[in-house]
Amino acid sequence: MTDPVLRLEGIVKTFPGVRALDGVSLSVMPGEVHALMGENGAGKSTLMKVLGGIHQPNEGRILMDEKPVVMAGPLEAKAKGIVFIHQELSLAEELTVAENIYLGELPKKSFGRVDWATLFSKTDAILKKLNVGFGAKTRVGSLSIANQQMVEIARALTVDAKAVIFDEPTASLTDAEKVVLFDVISDLQKSGVGIVYISHRMEEIFKITDRITVLRDGQYQGTVETRETDEEKVTQMMIGRKLDLSRNASHHELGDVALEVRGLSCGKLYDDISFDIRRGEVVGFYGLVGAGRTEIAETLFGLRDPSKGKILLDGEEVRLNSPSDAIARGISLVPEDRKGQGLVLGMNCRDNMTLPQVDDLKAGPFVAEGAEVAIFDLYRDKLDIRTPGWKQKVGNLSGGNQQKIVIGKWLSMKPSVLIVDEPTRGIDVGSKSEIHKLLRELAAQGYAVMVISSEMPEVLHVSDRIVAMYSGRIMRTFTSEEVTEDSLIQAISGIGGDKAA
Amino acid sequence: MQPGALSDALKKGAIWGFIVLELIFFSVAGEYLSLSDNAFMDYENMLLLLKQSAPIGIIAMGMTIVMINGNIDLSVGATYAIAAIILLDSMTWPIFAGLGDWVIPVAWLLALLAGTMLGALNGIIVWKTGVDAFIVTLGSMLGFRGIVFMFNGENPTSHLNWTLVDFAEAQVLGLHTATWFLAIVTLVLWYVMTRTVHGRNAYAIGDNREAAVNAGIRVGPHMMINFAIIGFLAALSAVVFYSESGSVNPNDGQLYELWVITAVVLGGTKITGGAGSVIGTLGGVIAIQLLRKGLGHIGADTSTVNLVIGLILIAVLVLDRQLNVKGKEELKV
Repeated sequence: MTDPVLRLEGIVKTFPGVRALDGVSLSVMPGEVHALMGENGAGKSTLMKVLGGIHQPNEGRILMDEKPVVMAGPLEAKAKGIVFIHQELSLAEELTVAENIYLGELPKKSFGRVDWATLFSKTDAILKKLNVGFGAKTRVGSLSIANQQMVEIARALTVDAKAVIFDEPTASLTDAEKVVLFDVISDLQKSGVGIVYISHRMEEIFKITDRITVLRDGQYQGTVETRETDEEKVTQMMIGRKLDLSRNASHHELGDVALEVRGLSCGKLYDDISFDIRRGEVVGFYGLVGAGRTEIAETLFGLRDPSKGKILLDGEEVRLNSPSDAIARGISLVPEDRKGQGLVLGMNCRDNMTLPQVDDLKAGPFVAEGAEVAIFDLYRDKLDIRTPGWKQKVGNLSGGNQQKIVIGKWLSMKPSVLIVDEPTRGIDVGSKSEIHKLLRELAAQGYAVMVISSEMPEVLHVSDRIVAMYSGRIMRTFTSEEVTEDSLIQAISGIGGDKAA
Repeated sequence: MQPGALSDALKKGAIWGFIVLELIFFSVAGEYLSLSDNAFMDYENMLLLLKQSAPIGIIAMGMTIVMINGNIDLSVGATYAIAAIILLDSMTWPIFAGLGDWVIPVAWLLALLAGTMLGALNGIIVWKTGVDAFIVTLGSMLGFRGIVFMFNGENPTSHLNWTLVDFAEAQVLGLHTATWFLAIVTLVLWYVMTRTVHGRNAYAIGDNREAAVNAGIRVGPHMMINFAIIGFLAALSAVVFYSESGSVNPNDGQLYELWVITAVVLGGTKITGGAGSVIGTLGGVIAIQLLRKGLGHIGADTSTVNLVIGLILIAVLVLDRQLNVKGKEELKV
């Protein structure tokens, strides 16, 4: 048996108060595609940062070709032949494609001059291999997200890599580009490069990887041969229990149509969207990232101007020019990025919750503190928010409680339509089911709830109806009785686009 | 033509278009409003304009690369004053008494060295402490100015060396010495920013710092080099200007940082870094000087000039934002 190109042994990494990695081991053989899996927050990115020299491990060793190495920084990791393809685009938009691909190691001539001829010819060779439709001199900022991802991937081909780490490389790629990516990976494989492949997408994992290593809460759960396992077993390793794909069975009394959308379009983002939501109903929007779901929510919240179509609230056509319009009409949006868009982390719980209505809560020229505390207490009890008191800074709360503060904030505005975008992203399993329960209860109380989610169990769990979207179009609308996993997956992949209502 | 190419071209050429517009406007308006009989687009007048742009212009070149790098330097005006004092005062120091006119290069060297060191000091603080460049250089702006006043109180520092004045007032191939310095600095920095690894890395750092770090670019040294360069250029600007004038007031160079930043921004450099060009800045510098001279030509006073420049700066940024909007469907913030 050959030696692994890369081996991590008993890696421990602690941050103040957290044991982010607890004795994690991983070995990558030459020519192997090794999947690294785990839920959000399981420690995958921390492990990769240790490998890349961005964090130093507290315990454990890194071995390359069975020799211990110390990664002092990204440059050293690269010099040793470890290449990272980052999930978040790590590109300088104003520079050319060539400069981005060779960022940090531009070919030099004398006096520190850039050797443009070499740079462009090398880059063109790589781009040709990748079969992309742009040249070395194109400005990266003018490329589509998918093409920018291809630029990122091109970086793997610049050096004589020993190991390449792909972190969610397909998140923004189309199917055709995925094929090219998989070709690149198999080429690397043939030349004996070890590959670490981080992804949430089971079908890719089972298609291209040889072994799977699973992390959960910073702990090593084991390594399995891909051939000898299946999705269910891997999922069990990841979440520590069986995947709950149960569908929502109970239905509430449905009221009038609260929100109706007819033929709504917005440039290239989405096209000809029609749906309605009744009071007491939860409608789930399911699709891949970039399918246009968030953009619809943003339009309904007055953040984007639609180019065509109508929005009707309680049967009356409305124009929503700004969030304050939307709020006044009873629409609330719990945004995707809780920390960035939903909360002021440095402010206390009460102030966060009353933020949208603080203008109305006045005692003379002063903020009415008593009224604010009353509102906070009401929703703390209603939503079961666990915090020592309203003075607690929101940044110190757990993800689940933070999300409840955001939801409470919007409920206190007495909306009729509540839009929640990825309500349980980055929230632990226990709090997830609480949030799901909460969404069902809210519907029972007569709110019209629109849930956008990329997690199938979640959509199945909370929705009365499910709208499946694919690249800006509604493919199909399912009721919770008729939906099956297969039909749902097909619909969001753009297959079987018969529009049954 | 690719989409966006038109607005790109518009943005790049905008400053030169604006200069042409100014020239036409002041020539025409000058015919009716000017108190003097001379035409505005007079050859001598234009040469003088270039010479007068030099002090701000030379510093602005340095500011361009610092801002492309994602930083800013507010201390250039104070550095300029310190370098001027060192230049003039060192020529009277007893140890150099035997040198005769050879004291000139020594004094120049001392002034330039001082500027470079002060700039590098800013750079090292920004690099090693991670404190925002705005704050660091705000502090050094106050501190450096304090040193200037400690040196000679409120009194001016004067020394006239006629050899030096002759040199500074010389015209080679029609251009004044100061203009030559501006031209050479522009050319050298243009070359550095577009053709060398240091320059390209500086763009990358300003554009996406995290990406640069991930790619193994050492951010700190690049920033320090750029701060050292702007310190050197602030001193060079002082050297060029005070060789001729021979007297420096402790208040000289105040507000220079703001004029410099105005010119850089007018020239199309992004305040957040990552984009901009030395050539654009040259346009910005000339545009401001034209405006000052032109408004003077048609009889406006200094306060009007400042008002107009302020309004134009804001108008340019509003226009730039409009050109950058990616279409009607964009997310409103």
